[in-house]
Amino acid sequence: MEDRYNAYLLRSDEPGGSTGLLAGRTVAVKDNISTAGLETTCGSRILKGYVPPYDAHVVALLREAGAAINGKTNMDEFGMGSTTENSGFGPTLNPVDTTRVPGGSSGGSAAAVAGGLAELALGTDTGGSIRCPAAFCGIVGMKPTYGRVSRYGLVAYANSLETIGPMARTVGDVSTLFRVIARPDPRDTTMQGRPYEHDPEPTVAGRRIGVPAEFFGEGVDPRVAARVEEAIETLRACGATIVPVSMPSMSSALAAYYVTCTSEASSNLARYDGVRYGPGGETARPWHEAFTGVRGGHFGEEVRRRILLGTFALSAGYYGKYYGKAQTARAMVAADFERLFGQVDLLAGPTMPTVAFRLGELADPLSMYLADILTVPANLAGVPAISVPCGTVDGLPVGLQLMGRMFDDEGVIDAAAAYEAEASS
Amino acid sequence: MVDESDVRRIAELADVGIPADVLPTFTAQFNRILEYFDILDTLGDARAGERRLHTVLREDEPCPSLPQEAVLGNAAESEDGFVKAPRVM
Repeated sequence: MEDRYNAYLLRSDEPGGSTGLLAGRTVAVKDNISTAGLETTCGSRILKGYVPPYDAHVVALLREAGAAINGKTNMDEFGMGSTTENSGFGPTLNPVDTTRVPGGSSGGSAAAVAGGLAELALGTDTGGSIRCPAAFCGIVGMKPTYGRVSRYGLVAYANSLETIGPMARTVGDVSTLFRVIARPDPRDTTMQGRPYEHDPEPTVAGRRIGVPAEFFGEGVDPRVAARVEEAIETLRACGATIVPVSMPSMSSALAAYYVTCTSEASSNLARYDGVRYGPGGETARPWHEAFTGVRGGHFGEEVRRRILLGTFALSAGYYGKYYGKAQTARAMVAADFERLFGQVDLLAGPTMPTVAFRLGELADPLSMYLADILTVPANLAGVPAISVPCGTVDGLPVGLQLMGRMFDDEGVIDAAAAYEAEASS
Repeated sequence: MVDESDVRRIAELADVGIPADVLPTFTAQFNRILEYFDILDTLGDARAGERRLHTVLREDEPCPSLPQEAVLGNAAESEDGFVKAPRVM
């Protein structure tokens, strides 16, 4: 099938196996996940031509499960963006409305699934990069608990925040793909050895669901809020108890997120100097000049901005003001989740404050950062979160976000399955 | 607040070139983001809480690695089994 959405950077026709949980099913893989023998660029021109000599753990697991990997999907360069417009290889279009962005940074994976080019997809989520495109394209996407899926072979952007996760049209398929990839791996030292072996039970009867007022605050489109409130009413009708709650740490969560991820990025992206992989430098020039030439010429603007922000935030004299304070704010977010999960089993709110933006609409970087306000808290705390479609505004999809306790990915999936079953009945 | 010369200096430290024609816009955007980060100053001197995730340590043990050709295969230039890099001295 023709790729009308620029969802893929590379297409492949691996047949898949005849046995296993994913036998013969097509899976698209985000381009920051290493695939032996298949070019892996992270959406960046600095990695054009890089062919990994090994598979990421999740890719080896896909192959063992019989999956037919059908290509590598477009993304914001190194995962830095919420629209997939920051790709070094052109933007991906939203299959629901091709004048709109698919969200990001896993926009190619979301468009591949929503556009019928793949049954399932792997994305990665550092600050909402699975949930945002899932919401904008009208599919299901899950950010698992940090430490449940191995990051071995994931090209690092912000290690302490990012996770690999499943995307699909239904909660059942998300659960199946999650079952395949959530397996222990000693090569990722942050793995907690908690495989996922759950069959979804579509029920929320007797569960307490908290609704933080801050998730319906300033900047949230009232029409989006209305769809999500209807979805929460549906969960109430399914037997859940809805509890209004508050999450004051939300006020500094976004700043904490951007200071942390840019700091980690400035360190992680230091390795791209064109020497061991990438376009190559001029070896006759002094190294400073040679590296600046390669990096300046091949990194996109947003990547350079985040490297600079991180370099600044970690520099002498500013470390305490930015990075130190960001870690305090991060701990406050984690403490808020812990307090709330003493009172309720799940938290619910919108995934994104708006529907999908028009292409080119978010030209100012800070405006783009602000769109992540509802997704970054789960990454800062490491808790699992899912986005499940809950209707439309002007024909554009809206996502209901459900967040759970650390390692209660099962509970999050059950609640999403309950909503999905009720909404489609 | 940072000025254009600060941005140029940070860009040099990070080996990331910022072309002169975009420097004014880049600096203005940089400052708007830093202004937004100022919200962290309202947190006072509260100490960060302890993370609940623990690093898992193990003994170092030699194990098989990738063949040398596979590792050098992505380098733009290699020589006698080494990656060729720009001059450092």
